[in-house]
Amino acid sequence: MLDVKAGDDASFELLLHKYRTPLVNFLNRMVRDSATAEDLAQEVFLRIYRARNKYAPNAKFTTWLYRIATNLALNALRDARHRQMEVSLGQPGESGETDLPAIELPDRQPGIEQQLMARDRVERIRRAIHALPEKQRVAVLLHKYQEMDYDEIARILECSESALKSLLFRAYETLRVELAPLVAPPKDCRSKEPAREGRRT
Amino acid sequence: MNCERIEKQLIAYMDGRASSTERREVEAHLADCGACRTRAEEFRLLWGVLDEAPQAETSPAFDARLRARIAAEPPRQSLWAWLVPSPRLALAVSLLLVLSVWISSVPAPGPAVAEVAQSEAEFKMIKDLPVLEDYDVLANFEALSELPPQPVDANRPM
Repeated sequence: MLDVKAGDDASFELLLHKYRTPLVNFLNRMVRDSATAEDLAQEVFLRIYRARNKYAPNAKFTTWLYRIATNLALNALRDARHRQMEVSLGQPGESGETDLPAIELPDRQPGIEQQLMARDRVERIRRAIHALPEKQRVAVLLHKYQEMDYDEIARILECSESALKSLLFRAYETLRVELAPLVAPPKDCRSKEPAREGRRT
Repeated sequence: MNCERIEKQLIAYMDGRASSTERREVEAHLADCGACRTRAEEFRLLWGVLDEAPQAETSPAFDARLRARIAAEPPRQSLWAWLVPSPRLALAVSLLLVLSVWISSVPAPGPAVAEVAQSEAEFKMIKDLPVLEDYDVLANFEALSELPPQPVDANRPM
């Protein structure tokens, strides 16, 4: 990053190449929309490019990167929630349900059925993570998927390491309860899944 | 260690980031507490489930789009560019500076001439001072009575 600050555009390209995919993944898990995630990732890199002169190496670059990303994602979610509330005032409908298109279950084709079950599991996981309070969600994503150290996550979330550990425990505890049917061995899950899938269609 | 205290250390123990002391404490508690042992095992299974969420791929146009946006950014200004915002202004400031230096270096004629005239008048007055101060000589000097009366100069010393 110091090279980028000195005006080395090639170093910026290296940063982009190294952090683009993990950043888009993090944002995608935050906002659950790939197009929005890419837009936000673009905005993160653009802000870093604009602020490169002000970069002070007193913290890790990733701390800076993910703090910007977290703030942008949370703002985007709040804006989207606000818009959704305005739109849904006159429209009855179930919020919080999956945004996947309705699935027509075909006749018994094991390959497709398994695919649908896998898709359903992924959607449940995403929904459970998304239902966590904002801070817990960010903590889980940075801990589980970005594999960041506790001190770095604590800096991004502006809390103590001790508070972060409690936050993570509460978040995983919620997920453990929410995803209990998936946590059971796959054999048990498979026997329950078709009934649930049928209810959703 | 009780079950409440283990909550803060359990995650770090499971992801391998706990210190050796914390690890020993958690292991000792798990050996005695079946509920926490079950919970730890379920956390382990949960992490396996969370890994099922696939990674998103970045679209091929991502880099090109970002490069285009960066290219559209205004260029970074140097310190010199900040100091000299425009060549025209720099030229005008320089000319003004040269002019003011030139004006201050040329001596003003008026005050110097007046100074010379004043010093000559003072010299003449000092030269005539012994005669003028002898009032009796001047009062009884007959030749002076025949002269036409002189206008009185207010500035002249008596």
